[in-house]
Amino acid sequence: MSEMAWGVVPAAATAGTDRRRRWLGGFLVALGLLAGYAFAAHVPAGVVTHLDLNSAPALPLPVPAVPVRETTAVLAAICVALGLVLALRRGARGTYALLAAGLVAFGLAFVIWAARGADLSLEGMLASTLVDSVPLIFGSLSGVMCERSGVINIAIEGQFLAGAFLGAMIGSVSGNLWLGMLAGAAAGALLGAMLAFLCLRYHADQIIVGIVIVTFATGLTAFLDLQVLTPNQATLNSPQIFPNIAVPVLDRIPVLGPILFDQNIFLYLALALLAIIQIGLFHTRWGLRVRAVGEHPRAADTVGISVLLIRYRNVILGGAIGGLGGAALSIGSTGEFTQDMSAGLGFVALAAMIFGRWKPLWAASAALLFGFADSLQSVLAVLNVPIPSPFLLMAPYVATIIAVAGLVGRVRPPGADGMPYRRE
Amino acid sequence: MAPDVEQPPAPPEGGGARWLPDARRRLGRGLQVVARSGTAVTTTLAIFSALVVGAVIMIVTTPQTLSAWSAFPSNPGAALGSSWTLVTSAYTALFVGAVGSPAAWLHAITSLSPPALTAAAYPLSETLVATAPLLLGGLSVSLAFRTGLFNIGAQSQLLAGAIVAGWVGFSLPGLPWPVHLPLAILAGAGAGAVAGWVPGVLRARTGAHEVIVTIMLNYVAANLLIYLLSLPAFLPRGAANAISRTTPASARLPHLAGPGLRVNAGILLALAAAYGVWWLLQRSTLGFRFRMVGASHDAASAAGVDIRRMITGSMVIAGALAGLAGVVEILGVSPQLVPGFAQNLGFTAITVALLGQARPGGVVLAALLFGAFQAGGLQMQASTTIPLELVQVIEAVIVFFIAAPALVRAIYRIRTSGTGFRLFSQGWGG
Amino acid sequence: MQVELRGITKRFGSLVASRAVDLTVEPGEIHALLGENGAGKTTLMNILYGLYHADQGTILIDGHPVHLGSPRAALDAHIGMVHQHFMLVPVFTVAENVVLGHEPVRGPLGFLDRRRAHEEIRRLSQAFGLDVDPEAVVESLPVGVQQRVEIVKALVRQAQLLILDEPTAVLTPQEIGELFRVMRSLKADGRSILFITHKLGEVLEIADRITVLRHGAVVGRTTPDRTSEAELASMMVGRAVEFRVAKAAAQAGRVVLDVEGLTVADARGALAVVDVALQVRAGEILAVAGVQGNGQTELVRALFGLVPPVAGRVRVDGTDVTGATPRRVAAAGVGYVPEDRQREGLVLPFSVAENLVLDLYDRAPFGRGLRFDPRAVTANARARLEEFDIRAAGPAAPAATLSGGNQQKVVLAREFSRPLKLLIATQPTRGLDVGSTEIVHRRLVEERDRGTAILLVSTELDEVLGLGDRIAVMSRGRITGYAQPSTPREEIGLMMAGVTSGPAAAAP
Repeated sequence: MSEMAWGVVPAAATAGTDRRRRWLGGFLVALGLLAGYAFAAHVPAGVVTHLDLNSAPALPLPVPAVPVRETTAVLAAICVALGLVLALRRGARGTYALLAAGLVAFGLAFVIWAARGADLSLEGMLASTLVDSVPLIFGSLSGVMCERSGVINIAIEGQFLAGAFLGAMIGSVSGNLWLGMLAGAAAGALLGAMLAFLCLRYHADQIIVGIVIVTFATGLTAFLDLQVLTPNQATLNSPQIFPNIAVPVLDRIPVLGPILFDQNIFLYLALALLAIIQIGLFHTRWGLRVRAVGEHPRAADTVGISVLLIRYRNVILGGAIGGLGGAALSIGSTGEFTQDMSAGLGFVALAAMIFGRWKPLWAASAALLFGFADSLQSVLAVLNVPIPSPFLLMAPYVATIIAVAGLVGRVRPPGADGMPYRRE
Repeated sequence: MAPDVEQPPAPPEGGGARWLPDARRRLGRGLQVVARSGTAVTTTLAIFSALVVGAVIMIVTTPQTLSAWSAFPSNPGAALGSSWTLVTSAYTALFVGAVGSPAAWLHAITSLSPPALTAAAYPLSETLVATAPLLLGGLSVSLAFRTGLFNIGAQSQLLAGAIVAGWVGFSLPGLPWPVHLPLAILAGAGAGAVAGWVPGVLRARTGAHEVIVTIMLNYVAANLLIYLLSLPAFLPRGAANAISRTTPASARLPHLAGPGLRVNAGILLALAAAYGVWWLLQRSTLGFRFRMVGASHDAASAAGVDIRRMITGSMVIAGALAGLAGVVEILGVSPQLVPGFAQNLGFTAITVALLGQARPGGVVLAALLFGAFQAGGLQMQASTTIPLELVQVIEAVIVFFIAAPALVRAIYRIRTSGTGFRLFSQGWGG
Repeated sequence: MQVELRGITKRFGSLVASRAVDLTVEPGEIHALLGENGAGKTTLMNILYGLYHADQGTILIDGHPVHLGSPRAALDAHIGMVHQHFMLVPVFTVAENVVLGHEPVRGPLGFLDRRRAHEEIRRLSQAFGLDVDPEAVVESLPVGVQQRVEIVKALVRQAQLLILDEPTAVLTPQEIGELFRVMRSLKADGRSILFITHKLGEVLEIADRITVLRHGAVVGRTTPDRTSEAELASMMVGRAVEFRVAKAAAQAGRVVLDVEGLTVADARGALAVVDVALQVRAGEILAVAGVQGNGQTELVRALFGLVPPVAGRVRVDGTDVTGATPRRVAAAGVGYVPEDRQREGLVLPFSVAENLVLDLYDRAPFGRGLRFDPRAVTANARARLEEFDIRAAGPAAPAATLSGGNQQKVVLAREFSRPLKLLIATQPTRGLDVGSTEIVHRRLVEERDRGTAILLVSTELDEVLGLGDRIAVMSRGRITGYAQPSTPREEIGLMMAGVTSGPAAAAP
């Protein structure tokens, strides 16, 4: 393709984003109107939802009774207003924040309406959102680590299973959960090394290898579970669960305290890793080089950066993080390994990474969103809401399809993601 | 073709330390002659290597052999002997479970009594039953591959096919089978085609990478199935469990060898589809265009091919093929829809396509092999307590080696001309 | 810093890309390396930058021989390069791109010291009048600024010698002026610049000394005050006529290709072809001459329907095919020999037989409706292999296994196997040996004599002069003039190099 620029055609690019923003704004307005119609207009006055915010018995809070009709009407109005702002405003900054705020308003209206005349344990919902999100955060960070360096990682599901298995087994045998955690990370790292070795050394297709690693790990852990763990359930597959660790003082903050600061070590670890990777990727020498290798390996090579070294390191580290996510499932949550226990969560984590545009913080936010969808699903099941839970379980996947189809804006992977690098 | 310039092996130095590399090199040199014949040797070596890996896994996870090995210094014979016994008995059971025992066949052939024949052919029948959906799924993935697309969504398409075929089956009970069965088959294929059209058209129109979209669709389909299994239209009257009504006999694929053997017309359908895909790719103008798009977008568009339509069209046909895989599963093997129906089929179909190098003939052989693994694995599990899941591990290892042919060549020190078909999907930049 | 290349020779297979080249760049001078495409300029620079290794010869820095085994080594030796295709990460900021590989950091954890980086870039930017904002994202910057980022990148690594590879090829005239200003301030600072180009006017304007390359060898050394554009052009294009194609005078008939006001944008949205009008008549060869990258690629792609034009009209034998799909253009009787035959002309893993019917597969006898007949395809291949003397292991041999000449013959054989009104041939002999070149030329003339209109696009002046019945010269996306085969080479060379055509140019 030619590289010349003797005249410039008026760019049509900005027009596209303008149109999309208007489209998104319209969508929010429509959602708000729908909320107003379904959740407010049709509810008789005087119906209330009890928001149960209590969790720390030491600090009893009143149970506020929220009038459904009025509250949802306000939330619907907020949603419409945000949609209008989005549609009529110029400039692209903050589009996603507005969109997210509008969606949250809609979601809240929906939840309050769904729980009308009953108790809604907001605290419980938030807590279970966090719990459900923990493995997803690990998984999406694993994806970010690999793909930022230019290696596609769709093997997160496999890393989860391997980490869950070895974490449970070593944790059980040694009686030391920390060793279990380490073993989980090691198992994930091993699969990461496998991915790196086959793709970087032998230039095998990264997607194929990723898929086959999932098959391999699913089969191997199921085999070992039946062959090794099941006959020795008591010794090999009965690890403890990491106890919750309350952070002194902070855990006494009303509502948020117990949710955020009286949790499993894995949540703290996930948040710490999130911070480290977010800061590391965008503010350190390591991160700059990783991103350069993932975007334009030749440019990195010509200034003396070893493309392969960076890719090996990141993919193996990413695998270890995925393994930790698996360990969170077994020794962080259920206390044992069961066959296929991740049940597709690895692919939800992949979706979170894509939805979060390969950025750690956004990916973790997407993981939280998907975790929320999951916990909402169980709440709704209890509340007998006429929205079948499978649809909420589908939500992360559908959202990701919408995102990659460019309906909400282009998601752009790292420039060299999936491309093997060869010097001329 | 690169001339063979390998140096002759150096004479062994003092001590036996170098015997292994030398032997391997000699083995490799011996194989070089054969290797020129193409990928067949790489494939065979991949299968062999995977069986070795499987054997090692068995040995280190079985308590008896493991304890024998821990006493290896004092009693090496016991370690080797018990390992040998374990591996041979497991693989013998695998073999017998896949094609039948020689003794049973001998008895059947000499006596020619129907019950003996049925008993002898039972494993083979099971192999074919497992082969049919794998073959159809593998063809689906292969066809997309030949158009340059990676259809990881065979699972979603086959679920769509199974759901609709099953629904047509059990919700129209009165129909005569010459109407009912074809109707159910076509409906299932059509549903798969629609499920394939979605990622195809998204790829063609918006550039959304089909790998991401199809992965996501797999889970959308699985959840959709769970939802449908809560609807009265799918459940038997008054049922509480999420198990659908049963497809009636009028919509079932007929048995081929009597009621004692499960082998049914599904395998014929699958073989016909394999022929159809071969014909499409090698004998039709449409297939020619598919292959052109798969090999080079630039050349295809210079030759006037509409790339978007080919992408969409290929995914539609791939979807229909995967839909048929769901059809033969529901109308041939397990007549009720349940959550997690045919759970691993879609992924195994991918490995089948990879092993078969995305060529219809190769896919037939690969599906037969994996079908045999499936049937034999059950037998192995029953008679040696080695879990069936070992088979999945072996299958995965095979495909590792297939995906990195250079690795196999490095292990066995072979040189090939290397013009074989390379499976590549590249990144998701679009 | 003085850099000296002594007797540098580099071969690629049988091709000698660099032939015993001697070249010295003195401190504080702008040294222009002038030559046509394929003259070996880039090869030489890649050797100096450690990307290639010379087969013979030495490189000396300040009189000491050095070994430059990698770009890293070249950087360490204070040699910086601004590549023709920038080595910049598009999504990074200017500062991130500049510091990549030797980042200023704070603390043991390696936190980027952005402030220091920004300060350093601002300082350099001011010192040399580069005017780059360290915080801007590279992909949002105009090409000219991106190029200055590359220069900063070299400067922060203390480059004393800067290699600029065709730096003006991607710039607007204003940006070129900016670049020259920057180059002068670098020179004033005592740094040396090796300026690679094929544009004569620029050389005379900026260079202190000039070295001219042709076919990998130095054919002239001079200074701007001792030479002229005409002299440089004749050195560049050479005088020797290396081959003549035997052909009768053209019997030009009706107008077959009629292009009016064609304007085409390239992939980035910049105009690559501006308001081009041209006509090709039946039975004549119109040769479009021009230096690579002056819009020929885009012109041809638009004519064949591979990119939609921004404006203008294209008619083939009266049929309007403006913006039509390649399929419709081909159906109108247009054959296409693409510039990059391995990418667009052939499907390399396909067999020769299949490649011979890439755009004929659905016509009789190869296909009817959905049916495709491989036997007919193979039979056709046997006939074509014979007719065009294509050396292949057989019809089933993959096209990838053929030599370049035989690959091109496959493309020609295919395009000639349907009735053509117009053939568009781009760089039809690029990379071919003499024998294959001759065959291709003969075939083109034969096709012309059959009454086909031929649009030949070539950067080889010899080929243009030897084959063309009329010659159109393209520069900067426009047709800058027309010429006859008898027009002096120097004159055409000047037109190609962007100098406006003299009165000798004939109207279309």
